[in-house]
Amino acid sequence: MGFFLEVVLGGLMAGVLYSLVALGFVLIFKASGVFNFAQGAMVLFAALTLVRLMEILKQTFSPFLIALLLTIAVMIALAWVIERLVLRPLVNQPGISLFMATLGISYILDGFGQAVWGSDVYALDVGVPKRPIVLFESMVPGGVLVPSEDLAAALIAGLLMLGLGVFFQRTRIGRALRAVADDHQAAQSVGIPLNYIWVIVWSVAGLVALVAGIVWGSKLGVQFSLGLVALKALPVLILGGFESIVGAVVGGLIIGVGEKVSEVYLGPAVGGGIENWFAYVLALLFLLVRPEGLFGERHIDRV
Amino acid sequence: MLYREAGQFKTTYGADQAVFPIRQDQLFIALWLAVGLVLVPLVSSEYLLRAILIPFLILALAALGLNLLVGYCGQLSLGTGGFMAVGAYAAYNLCVRIPALNPLVAFLLAGGVSTLVGIAFGIPSLRIKGYYLAVATLAAQFFLDWVFSRVAWFSNNTPSGSITAPPVTLFELTFDTPVKKYLLCLSILVLFAAVAKNLVRGRIGRAWMATRDMDVAAEIIGIRPMYAKLSAFAVSSFFIGVAGGLWAFVHLGSWEPLAFDVNRSFSILFMVIIGGLGSILGSFLGAAFITVLPLVLNQLPQWLGISISTAMISHLEAMIFGCLIVFFLIVEPLGLARLWRIGKEKLRLWPFPY
Amino acid sequence: MSPVPSQRSIGDVLLKLDGISLAFGGVKALDDVSFEVRSHEIRAIIGPNGAGKSSLLNVINGVYHPSQGAVTYKGTTYRQMRPHEAARRGIARTFQNIALFKGMTVLDNIMTGRTLKMHAGFLFQCLYFGKARSEELAHRRKVEHIIDFLQIEHIRKTPVGRLAYGLQKRVELARALAAEPELLLLDEPMAGMNLEEKEDMCRFILDVNDEFGTTIVLIEHDMGVVMDLSDRVVVLDYGRKIGDGSPDEVRRNQAVIDAYLGVRH
Repeated sequence: MGFFLEVVLGGLMAGVLYSLVALGFVLIFKASGVFNFAQGAMVLFAALTLVRLMEILKQTFSPFLIALLLTIAVMIALAWVIERLVLRPLVNQPGISLFMATLGISYILDGFGQAVWGSDVYALDVGVPKRPIVLFESMVPGGVLVPSEDLAAALIAGLLMLGLGVFFQRTRIGRALRAVADDHQAAQSVGIPLNYIWVIVWSVAGLVALVAGIVWGSKLGVQFSLGLVALKALPVLILGGFESIVGAVVGGLIIGVGEKVSEVYLGPAVGGGIENWFAYVLALLFLLVRPEGLFGERHIDRV
Repeated sequence: MLYREAGQFKTTYGADQAVFPIRQDQLFIALWLAVGLVLVPLVSSEYLLRAILIPFLILALAALGLNLLVGYCGQLSLGTGGFMAVGAYAAYNLCVRIPALNPLVAFLLAGGVSTLVGIAFGIPSLRIKGYYLAVATLAAQFFLDWVFSRVAWFSNNTPSGSITAPPVTLFELTFDTPVKKYLLCLSILVLFAAVAKNLVRGRIGRAWMATRDMDVAAEIIGIRPMYAKLSAFAVSSFFIGVAGGLWAFVHLGSWEPLAFDVNRSFSILFMVIIGGLGSILGSFLGAAFITVLPLVLNQLPQWLGISISTAMISHLEAMIFGCLIVFFLIVEPLGLARLWRIGKEKLRLWPFPY
Repeated sequence: MSPVPSQRSIGDVLLKLDGISLAFGGVKALDDVSFEVRSHEIRAIIGPNGAGKSSLLNVINGVYHPSQGAVTYKGTTYRQMRPHEAARRGIARTFQNIALFKGMTVLDNIMTGRTLKMHAGFLFQCLYFGKARSEELAHRRKVEHIIDFLQIEHIRKTPVGRLAYGLQKRVELARALAAEPELLLLDEPMAGMNLEEKEDMCRFILDVNDEFGTTIVLIEHDMGVVMDLSDRVVVLDYGRKIGDGSPDEVRRNQAVIDAYLGVRH
């Protein structure tokens, strides 16, 4: 029982990590109707920038804080560049074109990030205590070990979800973002400043990417494979719905737990490696049964 | 002035619907075929054939297949690598387990296997579109990756996971030299391209394009979306499967599952995008471009006299690819093929300015 | 297509709608609509915006399935029909917002209208040989007749996306005609056209009805066109039928006048 709980908890924690990346996707999709394939590359880029800046600023009084502020500035600058050079020329193009453009951006970011910062693995230490916390001592003998950084990650994800949810539903800018996601031209004709909105959205997505990068990076070290996380986030979105913040979190958790549990309990029977495709096959099944995901909206085509 | 239709009157609909209606085009194609079949094998070095021409021909076939699906029928697929793997492993298993089977026949059968797998993974397209379909095809890619690395039967239980293909023969002829391999691939490509062109200009091609442009209207005319989409997946997977077999047997010789991973899928998708969606010529142009570009980038520092590490070169390559994708999407979404057509339009007036 | 004698002799009932109701969630698009259409006639459907006219065509055509009621076409009654079955039974239509295949030329677009009549097998298609080739040429001939009829020869190789609105509407009509339909549904065929274009379109519609005997149901806002073209008129308002008869009868119907003037009821 204890072992099962540990596996589930481990899965939940992995799921939180997926959710954090998926949140960035949802933001951009919700606000501009674009599926940002480059989100994973943004996570990696943000983490790389942070880590290397921290190293450069080693001698100052608070390398983490200064590096963090600088990285935030970099991500905002990145959002501005992307809007200016890629999004603006492609406004009103079909979604597939924009998707492929973000594919291009992900290649550029990968190449650029590694060209500038190098492609080694870097350890990220943000000062979260490493001592694991023991939970459920009453239910299970010896309790269940939970790394405290994972708990911190869960907390951060929860706060982000709440914050973003409120932002979209209650604020004027949030409403504008939803209008833009629906119809670029219509939003423009109502006077919503598309360019400004997009810079905001991509900046926020960049910051979410940064948070995800910090969380992932301190757990696994900052390395190239971080970029591949983007591919994992796709099934999360399918499960949760492309436009739902809650969906991103729930989807991530389901996939995280599902992966871990199936790997541990079914893995030995099929030679392992289930983790590689479990998420995708689950997403595929969802696509056949409920394409809009658990929390997404159904699309009706008018003739 | 040289390139004009003036004076060439078509008196039958048949003549009007020919693939190359303009006489200058007919000469041009004949010239290219002559160059390709005769001149190139005579003057090319082994390196040129091995490293550039043969991969180009095989990837052009794969790009052609993908273009039929993505460009003509509008169904986004990110699983090209996986379907190439199906073709390769199917051909390998057929050859190894049925020693009497000629590898060329095995390629066709492997294409058939790939077709069945393609149809299976194309079924979701009946209910989902766009990004969702992309995810489904990615699922196919990763799942097939896993199947070929974990299920030892496919690799004939080789412990290392890397397998070697038997040589390709036809009657008494063994395709072992680069020149023979080149001619084999060229012939197969020309044959498949002709088939593709015929499909595209007929009923089936129109059904694909109608489904791409407005599937609701297509259904109302009587085009059944299921047949259109699944036939696109089927034909596309056949082409890609055969390309996979060729890639494994003729180009690589020995390979492991990684040769057909998601990067391969993206690379072929880029060929189609840059070359031009919905254009057979575009598939060739895109394949040429993407095959030649890394080589040029690799040599460029040497030519310019700067020294850059190979790691840095691959980073730069990624950046340049990305920039090119974005560039083409913004400037010429119809790709190199459209630039080519614009060039031909200008040629009609040359040497006059207007 | 053998030409029918010029005096259009209106035949038996071709299409019958019985108590059709259609709801989207809470919104009732159609409420218990019943009427019939006779062979060879031109039937207009009119009504203020949002009255449910396009939805009615969509029901006839199989795009929407009514929540209640049935459609009887050529003697067969059905509740749920797929659009491509409607096409097979001889129903063709055009759309309010042009539904042409923007990536294809005019010729190709019209050729897609012949899809149901093309039967050559896959292998023949691959080789463009034998039956595939002869079929293609035979259908090309038919399509060229239609192109002549609608006077769009000069644009047959132009990609449809580049054409002016009026010409696109004509191409859409051509595509519908290519299927040699028995029943042609036209959704605002003259929307957005100037006087000249409207006259041309009127003439084409009358010619289609005269020469090919095609039964036509059309949605139209221009009252002049409706009065001139149609044999009988159905009036809808808020999804309900409020008038049915000859153009003169309908014009004098008080309920219809009220609906158009917006009198509260």
